[in-house]
Amino acid sequence: MASSGQIADQGVVNDLVEDWSQDKEVFKVHWGKAMMWIFLLSDTFIFTSFLTGYMKIRASSTIPWPNASEIFALSFGGDPIPLILIAIMTFVLITSSGTMALAVNYGYRRDRGKTALFLFITAAFGLLFVGMQAFEWTKLIVDEGVRPWSNPFGAPQFGACFFMITGFHGGHVSGGVIYLTYVAIGVLNGRYEKKGYDIVEIAGLYWHFVDLVWVFIFAFFYLW
Amino acid sequence: MAHVALADKGQELAHPKTWIGAYVWSQDHKVIGIQYIITATLVGLVALALSAMMRLQLGFPGVFDLIQPNEYYSAVTMHGMIMVVFMLTAFFLGGFGNLLIPLMCGARDMAFPYMNMLSFWVYLASVIVLCASFFVPGGATGAGWTLYPPQAITEGSAGSGMGIILMLVSLALFIVAFTMGGLNYITTAFQARTRGMTLMRMPLSVWGIVMATILGLLAFPALLVAAIMMLLDALLGTSFFMPAISDLGEVSSTTGGTPILFQHLFWFFGHPEVYIVALPMFGIASDLISTHARKNIFGYRMMVWAIIAIGGLSFIVWAHHMYVSGMNPYFGFFFATTTLIIAVPTALKVYNWVLTLWQGNIHLNVPMLFAIGFIFTFIHGGITGLFLGNVAVDVPLSDTYFVIGHFHMVMGVSPFLIVFGGMYHWYPKFTGRMLNDTMGKIHFWVTFLGTYAIYLPMHYIGILGVPRRYFAYGSLDSFPDSVHVINTSITIAALIVGTAQLLFIYNLVWSLFKGEKASSNPWRATTLEWQTPDTPPKHGNWGPELPVVHRWAYSYSVPGAREDFIPQTEEPSENTKGDVH
Ligand code: HEM
Ligand SMILES: [Cu+2]
Repeated sequence: MASSGQIADQGVVNDLVEDWSQDKEVFKVHWGKAMMWIFLLSDTFIFTSFLTGYMKIRASSTIPWPNASEIFALSFGGDPIPLILIAIMTFVLITSSGTMALAVNYGYRRDRGKTALFLFITAAFGLLFVGMQAFEWTKLIVDEGVRPWSNPFGAPQFGACFFMITGFHGGHVSGGVIYLTYVAIGVLNGRYEKKGYDIVEIAGLYWHFVDLVWVFIFAFFYLW
Repeated sequence: MAHVALADKGQELAHPKTWIGAYVWSQDHKVIGIQYIITATLVGLVALALSAMMRLQLGFPGVFDLIQPNEYYSAVTMHGMIMVVFMLTAFFLGGFGNLLIPLMCGARDMAFPYMNMLSFWVYLASVIVLCASFFVPGGATGAGWTLYPPQAITEGSAGSGMGIILMLVSLALFIVAFTMGGLNYITTAFQARTRGMTLMRMPLSVWGIVMATILGLLAFPALLVAAIMMLLDALLGTSFFMPAISDLGEVSSTTGGTPILFQHLFWFFGHPEVYIVALPMFGIASDLISTHARKNIFGYRMMVWAIIAIGGLSFIVWAHHMYVSGMNPYFGFFFATTTLIIAVPTALKVYNWVLTLWQGNIHLNVPMLFAIGFIFTFIHGGITGLFLGNVAVDVPLSDTYFVIGHFHMVMGVSPFLIVFGGMYHWYPKFTGRMLNDTMGKIHFWVTFLGTYAIYLPMHYIGILGVPRRYFAYGSLDSFPDSVHVINTSITIAALIVGTAQLLFIYNLVWSLFKGEKASSNPWRATTLEWQTPDTPPKHGNWGPELPVVHRWAYSYSVPGAREDFIPQTEEPSENTKGDVH
C-alpha cells in the first residue's frame, strides 16, 4: 500500500479517487444540500419504479388501453381540444421553476423581501397546479365515471395507474407548497440571517425535481 | 460566502436537561443506536420463538399440536420478514451504523440528530404495527416473506385480510424510518469526517455500512411502490397484481393484472436487501479479523473496491429468484451470468480475510471466534449460492429445503455471527464493562456447531426434493423415511441453538452490572472510537477538540513501533515512517 503522495502520479483514475476521497467531505457543498441530492436520488427510484411498473402493466394488459388524448380533452364551448388542460398545468409548473430560480438568486443576494416574494409566487403556482389537478380528477370521476378499479373506456388499470401516479406526484407538489411557504415565512422573519440562505436553494432543488418528474409523467402518461 | 466544511463548523448539539431528554427522546447517536439495538433484539426474539414453533411442528408432527396450518404460515412469514428487515437491517444500519459512523469518522454526532431521532421512533412504530398484526382477525399474513400476490390478498389464504394490510403499512413505515436514518449515515460519512480522515483511511466497517445504506436508499423504493400497489389492490379493489381468478366456478372482479410485476419489484428490492445485510457484515468482519489478528487488513483498497462493485452488481441479478416464474432463456442466461460475476469480488474478500489471518498473531478472543466462524459459514452459503445461480441447477432445487439451507447459511447465520462478534467487541466501549468470556465461548461453540447440525441436513433433504413451506409431509412416497428422522434431529439442534441465544441475552444484562470493568481500549485497537476521552463516550464524543487523523485504520504490528498497534490519531514518527497511508 503506497502513501497518498506516491499514488497521485499513477494515472487519471487514481487522481480522481484521491480528489474524491480527501478528508472532511466528498462534495464541497452545504451538508443539507448533499442530503437533499441523496434524497432526490432515492425519490427518483420511487418514480422510476412507478413508471416502469405502469409500462409493464400497460404492456401486459389484455384489454385495450384507453386513448389518452381523447380522455384528457377539454372543450371551451367548441370542439374538444386534446390535452389542453395538461398543457396549461405543465406550463404553470415550468413557470414556477423559473420563479423558484429567481428566489434562489435573491436569497444569495440576501434580499429578504424579494426572496420571500418569489417563494410565495412559486408556492402559489404550485397551488394552482394542484387545483387544476383536483379539477381534472373531479371531471374524470364525476363526469366520465373513471374509478381506480374500472372505467368505461378500456383496461381498468388505466384509472388505477392514473390516480396512483398523479396522486403521488400531486402529494409531492402539495408537500412542496407547504415547504416553500415555511421557508418563505422564515426568510421574512430573518430566521436564516445567521445560517445563510442555502435552505432556499435546497428547497429549490426539491421543487425543480418535482417539475422534472412531471415532465416524465406527462410524456409517459399523456403522450404515449 | 465561502463554504465551510461541516467538520470545521462546530456543530451545535441539543444538550438535554432531563433524564427523558437524555435517554428517551435523545438525539445522541449513541443512545439512538442502543435504542435500535434493543428494539431489534426484542423483535428478533419474537422471530426466534416463531422458528421454534415451526420446528416443533416439522420435527414432531402431530405431537405438540401448537399450531394449525394457517398459523404455521403466519409464523413462516413473520419469522422471515422480521429476521431480514426488522432485525438484521435495523441492527446493522440503525444499531451499528448509529454507534460507529460518527465515532469512527471523528464526528460529534450525526449530521441531522433530530431526524436521526425521528428515524428510531418511526422504526419503533413500524415494529409495533407489525406485531399488532398477530392479533387481528385472521392473524398475521401467511404469504411467505416474499408476499407474492395474488395469494397474499386472496380470500382464503392465511392473513389475507388485516394481516397483509398491517404488514404492508409496517413496511412502508420502516422505509420512511430507514430513509431518515440513511440520509444521516451517508451525509455524516461523506461530509462530516474529521481532519485527516480521508475516505481511503476509513475503517471498512464504515465503508460497508455506508454502501449498504446507499443500496437501501435505491432498493427500498421498489418495495415501497410494490407495497402501495398491493395496498390499493387490497383496499380499493384495483387489479395491479391481480389477474382474473376463477374459484369454485366464480370469477373474481379483478382482471388483467400482472403478478410477475410484483415479483420483479419485490426482488429488485430483495436481492440488494441481501447485500444490505451482507456489506456491513463484510466491513465489521474485516475490522474484527484485522484487530484480533494484530495484522493490517490484506488489500485494503481492493476491499473497498469490492464493496463498491458488489453494491453496483447487486442491482442486476434480481431475477435469479424468478427462474421458476418463467422467463425468456436469454434473460435467464443474463441473470445467471451476472450472478456468477458478483461472486468474483465476493470471493476476493474471502481470500483477503484468510490472507489477513495468514501468519497473523491471532488472539482467539470471543469476537475473533465469531469472525472466524463467520468465514466458514459464509464460504459454505456462498458456494451453494453458486449452484442456485445456474438456471438448470436451480429449477429442481427451487422451493426445496436446499434454498432454506443456502440462505440461512449465507444471510441467516453469517450476519448473526458478526452481530454477536460486533457486540462482544464494542460492548465495552458503550457500557464500560466487558462481556463475560466464559458465557461468550459457550455461546459461540453451541451456535457455531449447532448451525451445522441444523442447516447441513437441510441441504441434503433439499436435494431429496423435500419442499419448503409445507406444514406437514405425511407419508409421501417420494422421499425416504430418513427425512422424518432428519427433521426431528434438526428440531432438537434448533432448540438447543435457540436456548444458547438466551444465554447471550443473559450475558448482555448480567455484564452490565457485574461485568469486569473495561479500559478505554481493551482490544488495543487503532480506530478512532477507542481513542475517546471518556468510556462510554459523552454526548459530543470528543471533549473540546476533535481528533486529528494521521494514518489509516490498520496500523498493526508496524515494525519499529512502540506497541503492536498505532492509533489513527498518532502523528507519524521517525521509526514508523513506512506506515502513513
Ligand atoms: C435458530 C435459528 C433459525 C431457525 C431454526 C430457522 C428456521 C426456519 C424455518 C423452519 C423456516 C421455514 C421453512 C419453510 O417451510 O419455508 C425458515 C424460513 C426462513 N428463515 Fe429462518 N430460521 C432461523 C434463523 C433465521 C435467521 C437468522 C434469518 C435471517 C435472515 C432467517 C430468515 C428466514 C427466511 C427469510 C425464511 C424464509 C421465509 C419464507 O420464505 O417464507 N431465519 N426458517
Ligand atoms: Cu438474490
